[in-house]
Amino acid sequence: MPELKRTPLAERHEQLGARMVDFAGWYMPVQYTGIIQEHRTVRTVAGLFDLGHMGQVEVAGPDAQAFLQYVTTNDVTALTPGEAQYSLLLYPDGGVVDDIIVYLRPSGESYLVVVNAANAEKDLAWLAEQREKRSDLDVTITDLSPRLGMLAIQGPKAEAILQQLTSSDLGEIAYFHAAEIEVDGVPCLVSRTGYTGEDGFEIYCPIEKTEQLWDRLLRVGEPMGLKPIGLGARDTLRLEARMPLYGNEISADISPLEAGLGFAVKLDKGDFIGREALLKQKAEGVKRRLVGFKLVERGGVPRTHYEVQVDGRTVGFVTSGTTSPTLGENIGLAIVDREVAGVGKPLDIIIRGKPVRAVQVRTPFHKQKEA
Amino acid sequence: MTQVAQGLRYTKTHEWVKLDGDVATVGVTDFAQSELGDITYLELPEPGTTVTQGEPMGVIESVKAASDIYSPVSGEVIESNSTVVDSPELVNSSPYEEGWFVKVRVSDPAGVESLMDAAAYEAFLKEEGGA
Repeated sequence: MPELKRTPLAERHEQLGARMVDFAGWYMPVQYTGIIQEHRTVRTVAGLFDLGHMGQVEVAGPDAQAFLQYVTTNDVTALTPGEAQYSLLLYPDGGVVDDIIVYLRPSGESYLVVVNAANAEKDLAWLAEQREKRSDLDVTITDLSPRLGMLAIQGPKAEAILQQLTSSDLGEIAYFHAAEIEVDGVPCLVSRTGYTGEDGFEIYCPIEKTEQLWDRLLRVGEPMGLKPIGLGARDTLRLEARMPLYGNEISADISPLEAGLGFAVKLDKGDFIGREALLKQKAEGVKRRLVGFKLVERGGVPRTHYEVQVDGRTVGFVTSGTTSPTLGENIGLAIVDREVAGVGKPLDIIIRGKPVRAVQVRTPFHKQKEA
Repeated sequence: MTQVAQGLRYTKTHEWVKLDGDVATVGVTDFAQSELGDITYLELPEPGTTVTQGEPMGVIESVKAASDIYSPVSGEVIESNSTVVDSPELVNSSPYEEGWFVKVRVSDPAGVESLMDAAAYEAFLKEEGGA
């Protein structure tokens, strides 16, 4: 596969026997041993993920807060130093540019914005364009992706494993908070965040230290059952946890209100890009909703873009679907007309031209066990 | 390493055929199951169905994706493996034995002869860069 971008761990994945694929222009592992096995490892023990394809952008300067308040949907002023929040970049019409994590660095001096690999270039261009338009604001935007490595360790044993490589007390890092600590002697930003529905951490390190941290984490974690996890299981894990994937549950054509992401949209915080459109949507009533469903008869596996019907009438489409490794059932998320949405209500998923019966269920499909 | 069983015939779409008299047992190869990953759903033709060489006769789905199963022979299905429909993971663990799909009474035995033998299939996999 020529032309693909490689993370510092590409050779590691090859040595581990991973099946490598083109993911958003990156040469990435989709699986090492098998998606179901890797998925269960994260749910029951812990898994290690190469997230070197994700993008990181620093937003700094005296008006960094005001700028982010204007270009993102969540309330940046609510962040305390070291805190992170899920947020969105919107187009003026309310469609989604990307979903992001915004960190106020522990120093309180600048922001780190983490973006999807598939959208990194688009986001950088979008942010640059907004900065041009807001020449009243003094802000610098820097692409840190070439300098930052990113790993995730996720699962019930993640903390115990990572704790072996740091003298800082990980117990002091609360959910959606980050700290600047040394891991194996390497200065890192470590946050209790993730995309699996399990407890765990995301680790940002100098890019040249990525291999060292990967190797050390696997070495100290292997006796406890830590395994490398590919993008295949990352997708089934996030789907069971009902975490949106850009391009599936949210896109330029699906608004955050439709996708059930209202918690990350603070309409009362003041002006931001997309606010007018969302206020209008809200006033008129959101016409579509993202719902979870499971198939209640045989007929296949629901997949992205499959049509959804009720009484033979098209009411929406599947945004993501899979055979849930945790539940052993065929599950999915779909955007459907509001009138047909509701837990317990039926849907037909059209699989290869045939309606297959499904029922709407509560999400997330899987919830982390209380510690 | 991908396994290619001796004594079987193979298609470029990675089905295998084992001919016993005029009855062909059909499945997918180790390479196919490995490419598909964890298999979670199978749709196989019922006994009595007429199948045509090279035409879709069923569906195989993994966690990752859905694919057609192409019939490697022409004839009439006389048996469908209900065990593998109930436990599709057998295709992953035992593609050439427990993971078989259907038995077909072949109407055109010469059609089977036109398929690749094990050596040719191995060469074909190498060409594809898969083995």
